Amino acid sequence: MEKTGGSRKKGLKRKSAAEEPQEAAVGEDGATESGGQAPKASAFPPGFSISEIKNKQRRHLMFTRWKQQQRKEKLAAKKKLKKEREALGDKAPPKPIPKTIDNQRVYDETTVDPNDEEVAYDEATDEFASYFNRQTSPKILITTSDRPHGRTVRLCEQLSTVIPNSHVYYRRGLALKRIIPQCISRDFTDLIVINEDRKTPNGLILSHLPNGPTAHFKMSSVRLRKEIKRRGKDPTEHVPEIILNNFTTRLGHSVGRMFASLFPHNPQFIGRQVATFHNQRDYIFFRFHRYIFKSEKKVGIQELGPRFTLKLRSLQKGTFDSKYGEYEWVHKPREMDTSRRKFHL
Amino acid sequence: MTCAAPEVRLSVRSVMAAAGARWNHVWVGTETGILKGVNLRRKQAANFTAAGQPRREEAILMGCADRTVRHFSIEEGRFRGQRHCPGGEGTFRGLAQADGTLITCVDSGVLRVWGDDKETSSDPVLELRVGPGVCRMRQDPVHPHVVATGGKENALKVWDLQGSEEPVFRAKNVRNDWLDLRVPIWDQDIQFLPESRKLVTCTGYHQVRVYDPASPQRRPVLEATYGEYPLTAMTLTPGGNSVIVGNTHGQLAEIDLRQGRLLGCLKGLAGSVRGLQCHPSKPLLASCGLDRILRVHRIRNPRGLEHKVYLKSQLNCLLLSGRDNWEDEPPEPPEPAKLSSEDTEADELWASLEAAAKRQRPDLEQTSGVVPTGRRKKKRPGSASP
Repeated sequence: MEKTGGSRKKGLKRKSAAEEPQEAAVGEDGATESGGQAPKASAFPPGFSISEIKNKQRRHLMFTRWKQQQRKEKLAAKKKLKKEREALGDKAPPKPIPKTIDNQRVYDETTVDPNDEEVAYDEATDEFASYFNRQTSPKILITTSDRPHGRTVRLCEQLSTVIPNSHVYYRRGLALKRIIPQCISRDFTDLIVINEDRKTPNGLILSHLPNGPTAHFKMSSVRLRKEIKRRGKDPTEHVPEIILNNFTTRLGHSVGRMFASLFPHNPQFIGRQVATFHNQRDYIFFRFHRYIFKSEKKVGIQELGPRFTLKLRSLQKGTFDSKYGEYEWVHKPREMDTSRRKFHL
Repeated sequence: MTCAAPEVRLSVRSVMAAAGARWNHVWVGTETGILKGVNLRRKQAANFTAAGQPRREEAILMGCADRTVRHFSIEEGRFRGQRHCPGGEGTFRGLAQADGTLITCVDSGVLRVWGDDKETSSDPVLELRVGPGVCRMRQDPVHPHVVATGGKENALKVWDLQGSEEPVFRAKNVRNDWLDLRVPIWDQDIQFLPESRKLVTCTGYHQVRVYDPASPQRRPVLEATYGEYPLTAMTLTPGGNSVIVGNTHGQLAEIDLRQGRLLGCLKGLAGSVRGLQCHPSKPLLASCGLDRILRVHRIRNPRGLEHKVYLKSQLNCLLLSGRDNWEDEPPEPPEPAKLSSEDTEADELWASLEAAAKRQRPDLEQTSGVVPTGRRKKKRPGSASP
């Protein structure tokens, strides 16, 4: 039985195995040798697919056979294409660019044009104008939700080494709406609240203080310093440089300016430290590195501080007031996440 | 010509009906003090600021954050004049025009009626104290001398400007709730219902209430709630039986006023709804908000989004043009414009100007000589429709 089964397998490999009916497995025993070379029209009712075979083992067998067939064909096609390219040499057409979700992104009409005067006027007169005019320098207050656990506390401490002129305070169960007037009276410009759930930090509220926008982010993939492999020594007191990548839309601009206003305007290049906020597909990746130029074009980098990923949930116009505040942008999953190629930041 | 960083940032708070607006379907005011005219057919938006380019319309009154009311002439397409309306504190919460007089109401509750706006006298003809914390003042379209005001901890009051100094109707708060606590008041928007003397208000505590001054009870006749966020804007639908409200999360809902139930919602907005207006006859709704996009939805058969225009600043208030044919195409730009019988003034002036459909530079010079106090502009439906 095994031998005939084996020969039947080999014989049937030539045919597209998808068309083999279940009953033909028995009926073909006799006609295998002759039928192995030429496909029999009568054995394959049209529209039959492997998934209709009820026997699981047989179905699996048919499928693996079909898959091997497909792979072989694909390999053959690739080889052929490669040969053609080599044969053409210089005259070969350029290689087609693979489609990725990033380069298939739906064009967003709110993308900011760098020469746009209205946007420039808007930005010259919004809440961050005083920072970008060098009239105020940032002073940050970092706190957590009530009763934080170890990871969150350590994240706050590490964040305060990364962001210059920042202070960590323990949140003694105080209401944010009461903390904010006190911060304003003590000249703080920004408030960061790290929310914690089940002993891990999972949210970030960033509020620009005098009356500025409040952004609420979901935080994930938090790695503290000791969890980062091949890291450098602790960051120094030098003011880092900032890199903001890929904040193209108007909303992205606002969020990018919020991040920029956390750090003092004058980076100290001696320190060779850089904080990066990289936006890709609406996720913002925060990294902190130290770089060194080995030559004109070669740079070596060491990752220092904490690392986390943020996703914007809402941007509210005033200071923190989730119930009665006015929202500039709210993430609504069922309306906004319908397309895999549309991003908002 | 332009300042680098003006101290005063004007923003348009409310727009008054532009009767006879020619080729622009919607007028929108922004937080940065720019008046935009949007043509939905052509999907074009044009900016107007104090030194803007000529356009033709009749008149729009804009109340600005620095307590000036600017007169924007639609035919000439530029700001014709402005008058400073001092008194009280805060931004404009309501502008109205009645028989050539201008009615203004500010945040602190000072309601003033100003004389003919050609004069620059600084004394109002009539002054009323409405109570602090006013959020909205609206004029009855049927009786121009009747206005209603309401605000935060300021109950709804209906005033007759030709009558006495006391309000004609003063609403009473609802009964204490099931915990026997006083229900707070925060009237965000008021509308007069067309056929009767009833009023509808929407509150910051997500309630929609109908009041009837003709009935003996001063409490609301009907109350409906929607959502969990403050309702910021409201408009009446063409049928007259329902209202559409918007809240700070960008949710729009149509609420039936006969039964007090939710008829349906409209999707699309991502930011707080600042301005809503329904077309008087067609089932179209224009909405603008803090997400910088003007949307026009179709309310029934089928319910959905018709037009969406990205206007680069945060939008504060809007106004639909009062003209009848929305499907009329404006003539091609190089030709001089053909005037219809609607336009009364400046025929020759208009014929000599070219209709240019270019976006204008926002001009920042309007801050000269102005007290740098407030920031928001309000536009008001100015004149009666022709």
